[in-house]
Amino acid sequence: MTASLIGRPVKRKEDRRFITGTGHYTDDLSRPHQTHAVFVRSPHAHAKIRKIDAAPALALPGVIQVLTGEDLKADNVQGLICGWMIHSKDGSPMKAGGHPALALGKVRYVGDHVAVVIAETPAAAKDGAEAVVVDYEELPSVTSTGDAQSSSVQIHDEAPRNTVYQWALGDEKATGAAFANAAQVVELNLVNNRLIPNAMEPRAALGEYDSGSGIYTLTTTSQNPHVARLVLSAFVQIAPEHKLRVIAPDVGGGFGSKIFIYPEETVCVWAAKRVGRPVKWTAERGESFLADAHGRDHVTHGALALDKDGRVLGLRVKTTANLGAYLSTFSSAVPTYLYATLLSGQYNIPAIYAEVDAVYTNTAPVDAYRGAGRPEATYVVERLMEEAARKLKLDPAEIRRRNFIREFPHQTPVILAYDIGDYDASLKEAVKRADVSGFAQRKADAAKRDKKRGLGFSTYIEACGLAPSAAVGSLGAGVGLWESAEVRVNPTGSVEVLTGSHSHGQGHETTFAQLVADRLGISIDQVEIVHGDTDKVQFGMGTYGSRSAAVGLSAISLATDKVIAKAKHIAAYVMEVPEDDVEFKDGEFAAVKTNKKMTFGEVALAAYVGHKFPTDQIEPGLKETSFYDPKNFTFPAGCHICEVEIDPDTGVVEIVKFTAVDDFGTVINPMIVEGQVHGGIAQGIGQALLEHGVYDKESGQLLTGSYMDYCMPRADDLPSFEVGMTITACPSNPIGVKGCGEAGAIAAPAAVMNAITDALGVKEFDMPATPEKVWRALSGQRA
Amino acid sequence: MPKIEMRVNGKPISVETEAETLLVHFLRDRLGLTGTHVGCDTGQCGACTVHLNGEAVKSCTMFAVQAHGAEITTIEGLAKNGKLHPMQEAFREHHALQCGFCTPGMIMAAVDIVRRKPNADEKTIRQELEGNICRCTGYHNIVKAIASAAAGMGARS
Ligand code: FES
Ligand code: FES
Repeated sequence: MTASLIGRPVKRKEDRRFITGTGHYTDDLSRPHQTHAVFVRSPHAHAKIRKIDAAPALALPGVIQVLTGEDLKADNVQGLICGWMIHSKDGSPMKAGGHPALALGKVRYVGDHVAVVIAETPAAAKDGAEAVVVDYEELPSVTSTGDAQSSSVQIHDEAPRNTVYQWALGDEKATGAAFANAAQVVELNLVNNRLIPNAMEPRAALGEYDSGSGIYTLTTTSQNPHVARLVLSAFVQIAPEHKLRVIAPDVGGGFGSKIFIYPEETVCVWAAKRVGRPVKWTAERGESFLADAHGRDHVTHGALALDKDGRVLGLRVKTTANLGAYLSTFSSAVPTYLYATLLSGQYNIPAIYAEVDAVYTNTAPVDAYRGAGRPEATYVVERLMEEAARKLKLDPAEIRRRNFIREFPHQTPVILAYDIGDYDASLKEAVKRADVSGFAQRKADAAKRDKKRGLGFSTYIEACGLAPSAAVGSLGAGVGLWESAEVRVNPTGSVEVLTGSHSHGQGHETTFAQLVADRLGISIDQVEIVHGDTDKVQFGMGTYGSRSAAVGLSAISLATDKVIAKAKHIAAYVMEVPEDDVEFKDGEFAAVKTNKKMTFGEVALAAYVGHKFPTDQIEPGLKETSFYDPKNFTFPAGCHICEVEIDPDTGVVEIVKFTAVDDFGTVINPMIVEGQVHGGIAQGIGQALLEHGVYDKESGQLLTGSYMDYCMPRADDLPSFEVGMTITACPSNPIGVKGCGEAGAIAAPAAVMNAITDALGVKEFDMPATPEKVWRALSGQRA
Repeated sequence: MPKIEMRVNGKPISVETEAETLLVHFLRDRLGLTGTHVGCDTGQCGACTVHLNGEAVKSCTMFAVQAHGAEITTIEGLAKNGKLHPMQEAFREHHALQCGFCTPGMIMAAVDIVRRKPNADEKTIRQELEGNICRCTGYHNIVKAIASAAAGMGARS
């Protein structure tokens, strides 16, 4: 028996091209006769456009065309859409204003798209964009989440008080009763700071149009090329689906920000026909800051009702979520079904009531960013639990234990039904690895050096494996969230796997190949993963929400099963034995009771040659497809513990130790999974200590529009991480996996802030905990 | 248009280019060496790092003409005769890359760090990486890779 490939830290197949500089990211690609696009962007947060004068730009050498929203309209190109309908608690549908790819009469945030200049070179296009004269009538603006509903500024006529929806989930009455009976109530005001995703590869698009066939091709930085094609054809109506090909080549990180269908990509593919030549656009980093969809930006009041022993009786949450100036592709779902459904955490909470108001502001659209709603939920629940422990003078691990769910399946009061988990196990392992028992001593030692130490817990849960199609459909999703796979065996026995999942750093080329090679008993080098091209892969929903393994790989697993079943059938004919006598193991089909054997490759060849089986009963060839719709969400969970040391003289917070113990179910490649955890934690620590997207209240200008002002986590801001795993195999999919891509970003902010508030001895303290804020908090105490 | 002569990855080149062309664009657009990436417009991400006469520079912060007469090595030129550089091997071995976008700049910077500080400890490596941003890995494995390559490269010399 050959050793299984599952669970092994197989080195990545994709690395060679990246370490030798031979990958192909969108901006690396060029086409003969291509033109270059540069966008004219609004310098104002809110303004009417009186007139756009393109003549000065058109007079410049190299400028070919200047296109505006009116040109899109003339070609019947529709606005961008938000694909998830949310209904307010009064039953009314959400109030969505229009979202034209290029402005029609009004701009609504700094960086909004006014016009596009197409020119022979990037430099000429840039000069052209500066030469376009736009006559604006400035309007007052509102950028802050808390002010949006009371402001006199009206951003979209369709949405009075800038309110998109007022949504609620849970049982208000039961929750009220829980609070009436509570021995202890803990309340917190929490701000979940706006983040700017900053995948290191800026967005880019290369649009082409072939006038002979009428086919458009968009090569772009997308996490889900099929969804892009669907939206651009069915809704934006650039071209019918069969006349539009979308390719996502190597993509340099996404974290959510490359899920969405943006104006720039839309305009490039449309303009390719107008101009009659390929149109290429690559964002400068400054444009990424202005116009990539941002993340988070919640203002929340949370309250926890407990009995005298620290058992939670009820949770009440009121959140205002900033969705920016337009509803981005999945924005409406993030602060609702991806947020409030997670408010039960790892705990048995009898009653929960959450109200969410979503608001328009004069800021960049806000949509899913690593974790998407789940970090916000975890932050609320875990900050409240820690505060409850402090108030009740309970050990923070103990209060969590008293409330853990231990029986599965567990129906929460907020839709989700957890299938499996062992929260005690991950907590115990984390407590051990973090050496919690030695903390008091370390704190005392730090105090001798005039430093303040703090310890913070975060026992999080997330819902991944998005998602059972009927379930999300009933909640307002415009699409199903299954995944497709095709396993194509070549006559020589090598295999191509076509998947609708998309890798932009997750290592699918390795993990997926590991599973298929393991199942078929062939070498991993014999398996090629094909993704990211709508012409090659029939359909797929892409990669986000930690869904690739649980959904994408499940589809591959099922298609592989079908391949084996057919191959077995064929092997039986070739070996002239009954099919029941054929066993498949370690890449060989063996006829029991005889010594006849065929390798997988031999059966593959036989399948294509078609000589030895009745082709009227079994079709020749060896290729199978599967569309897998998950039965349930998956529920990765775990415990993260952060230890900080604060220098009271400077306010600098040092993360002295960060421990993460996660339960992701079955792990196919632990090396890749740990890498995902590291990256997530870094983004979570970034949110807690460094990152904050800030708009000026008066002018509506983005104040954090470059790496000079937006503080990205760098190597010396972070420690090495202590990462461990506990495993409960997921019963809801054929592989047992749950998903690992977001855990760090979900769990870390609460762990860090619980540690900081512990060290400072304060109750409320908002992210990011910059040295200045920490120092001020401490000097307040000194005063 | 000024004419630039330099050696790039060991090959002599002589090309006319506009005076305002940045070295990174020259490498990418004129020479087709797209392994060197552009991650920002403020000289802060390090995705564009190459070696100029053996030292790491950010190729977005200088004009191509300033490299006239120089010896340039890009990520494409780091492996010799089909054999990966120990730093490339270490990045793969330690899973120090995910999306790969920062990787060429990281590797070029890392080679330079080890050249200057062959015995760098974790803290020093982290400080030395100040000029390179990675959004995917949390740096954990990058630091590990550099430390292990340093050990390997030291042993070799
Ligand atoms: S592109 Fe050179 S430092 Fe960012
Ligand atoms: S590997 Fe993606 S930015 Fe470093």
